[in-house]
Amino acid sequence: MNQPASAYFMDERKDPIETHTLSVLVQNEPGVLARVIGLFSGRGYNIESLTVSETEAQKHVSRITIVTTGTLAVIQQIKNQLDRMVPVYRVVDMTLSGRSIERELAMVKLRGVGEHRVEALRLAEAFRARVIDATIESFVFEITGNSAKINQFIDLMRPLGLVEVSRTGVAAIGRGPEGM
Amino acid sequence: MTTAASDSKSHDANQMTGAAMIVRAMIDHGVEHIFGYPGGSVLPIYDELFQNSEKLQHILVRHEQGAGHAAEGYARSTGKPGVVLVTSGPGATNMVTPLADALMDSIPIVCITGQVPTHLIGNDAFQECDTVGITRPCTKHNWLVRDIKDLARVLHEAFYVATSGRPGPVVVDVPKDVQFATGTYHPPRKSDVHVSYTPRLKGDAGQIRKAVALMANAKKPVIYSGGGVVNSGPEACKLLRELVEVTGFPITSTLMGLGAYPASGTNWLGMLGMHGTYEANMTMHDCDVMLCIGARFDDRITGRTDAFSPNSKKIHIDIDPSSINKNIRVDVPIIGDVGNVLGDMLAAFKAEAKKPDIKAWWQQVATWRGRNSLAYKKNNDVILPQYAIERLYAATRGRDTYITTEVGQHQMWAAQFYGFEEPNRWMTSGGLGTMGYGLPAALGVQVAHPDSLVVDIAGDASVQMTMQEMATAVQYELPIKIFILNNQYMGMVRQWQQLLHGNRLSHSYTEAMPDFVKLAEAYGGAGFRVTKPSDLDGAIQDMIKVKKPVLFDCRVASMENCFPMIPSGKAHNEMLLPSEANDEATAAAFAGGKALV
Repeated sequence: MNQPASAYFMDERKDPIETHTLSVLVQNEPGVLARVIGLFSGRGYNIESLTVSETEAQKHVSRITIVTTGTLAVIQQIKNQLDRMVPVYRVVDMTLSGRSIERELAMVKLRGVGEHRVEALRLAEAFRARVIDATIESFVFEITGNSAKINQFIDLMRPLGLVEVSRTGVAAIGRGPEGM
Repeated sequence: MTTAASDSKSHDANQMTGAAMIVRAMIDHGVEHIFGYPGGSVLPIYDELFQNSEKLQHILVRHEQGAGHAAEGYARSTGKPGVVLVTSGPGATNMVTPLADALMDSIPIVCITGQVPTHLIGNDAFQECDTVGITRPCTKHNWLVRDIKDLARVLHEAFYVATSGRPGPVVVDVPKDVQFATGTYHPPRKSDVHVSYTPRLKGDAGQIRKAVALMANAKKPVIYSGGGVVNSGPEACKLLRELVEVTGFPITSTLMGLGAYPASGTNWLGMLGMHGTYEANMTMHDCDVMLCIGARFDDRITGRTDAFSPNSKKIHIDIDPSSINKNIRVDVPIIGDVGNVLGDMLAAFKAEAKKPDIKAWWQQVATWRGRNSLAYKKNNDVILPQYAIERLYAATRGRDTYITTEVGQHQMWAAQFYGFEEPNRWMTSGGLGTMGYGLPAALGVQVAHPDSLVVDIAGDASVQMTMQEMATAVQYELPIKIFILNNQYMGMVRQWQQLLHGNRLSHSYTEAMPDFVKLAEAYGGAGFRVTKPSDLDGAIQDMIKVKKPVLFDCRVASMENCFPMIPSGKAHNEMLLPSEANDEATAAAFAGGKALV
């Protein structure tokens, strides 16, 4: 109980845990994703969601969107650690900038007949989910939106015969005319 | 015309094999020495070395780890990158320790590894391993070159990345078929920098002005400098000395930063941290303005972080933004190269500030100095390790000397008792704490400075981890002096067991010790053994005179412990001084259970 406080106890500070979305522009060279993920696992940071794709093919630039959690100090450290990596161009904290749009795409498979099918279709319409596959006993819906909306949709589908879900993870972009 | 053009193309001097490009790139980057060990996947490169032996000298080590540490010693003592060439599989994995070591201590290393041919990668081929995967977390950056067209660019990028910004180790993994393939080489050009890597060198002028304002009004200031000053170069060290002169501030340094400010300087407090001096740690604890230059608030420096220098405004100069606020929150961060920032800071200080009156603070420092925290009881019968280093220092003072160390008690005693007057003269494994670093590092230093005196202050346990490099020293006639403080224990392990684990000395005693004198002779070097304090000076003189590698078996008091000490988990003002380290005080200081760090 009377353990002396040492450097290892630093993280026990009672600072609140926050969730932040980071956009990272990287040189699309082999191993760059492994490098970013290795940073998170090697230094004990959390990844809630990770999305990556090449966005400027000619310049070999990819954009990685990471949703992470931690105290503000930890999140600042994550940004600094990312920023000093050789293949990283820029890191922007979309949450801190306060002017970002976050979207996720999910495909939701349902199995059922009768009333459940009708109810599912009605909810899908309310959520602007599209039917992208159908059989006489199943649907696949495609839905986009922020994570909370998708979570809510999935919760509603559960009693109606939810089979499985595939989600892309969060992609984020800033509002207004400026680029990142 | 057309024939002439095609002729010139067929004789294009830049058309060459991948192996030739590697050797050519090294020569173009001014590399004179490389450390390595051959194997199947690097044979084409070794063939090229054979044909270029006049321009590029290869030092054949006995184990790849030795090559890595030798390159670190070479780099640290010259400011140039150390270059290593090893084969695939075990060659590469044996390099992991030196790479991790160089990453922790920010040492520029360019390591070329051979790889199995591209069509065999992923096949579990003979001597295949995922070199870039394994070395990714222990390098600043690494590359696997699958296409000869990329090789020249990547090689130049590798030198750029290793040496610019915060220096560090890089690995270029080259499959054997790429070494054989022919392509077009180009000499290094300005554009051969990594497109996305642009470290910030110049400090923000506004931040520097804020820092100067704090410094000008300080009542109890301190400068805490680190390895970043040494890495920034001789100019940065000169500026640091000037800053101390202009401000009149007391200065302490980390293990890595020793020599940037001279130990004989009037403002010098000695090293700080876990085994630092009382005056350095107390000054850090009680100061009102702390100027941290190229250091990173490591846990061996800060002790208990929530009680670290509680009443000070902290200024932090570092080239790596991730060092800022990592362990300790600072008030004025300045991101940039130390030399650059210090130049601007000095100019601003001279223009806007006067030397603050801190006489009272210096009086306080003098009372802390009066505690004489490095004192030890003299002994006429057995050699005390502190005494051995004092005598070594006395005998080598004023000479052209380079010191390396292994890791443990002897390393801390060397830092405490050997006075460094110049930067780049002190090579030690600070961050990773690699036992076995010192002997091969000494080898690398001696290669770079063939006429200088190079001494590895060693422990008997550490030195046996890389002892095989004595053969390398003999082969290349490198007269390194391995000064072993032999107490037959892993002294630092034993010290912690005594202090924190109820004196249960679990596996920290070396029951079978080689005869170091015979061992030296077996390798073709010279051996000395000293057991009496009265014989020490003469033997050290003899050691210095010998023009061969030496193992110096200095038998020291076996149970001596390293003080002063901040018990881990305690604050700077809770140091345990040697004069007070009786059983009772020690038990009290370490009460509260086993510390984690």
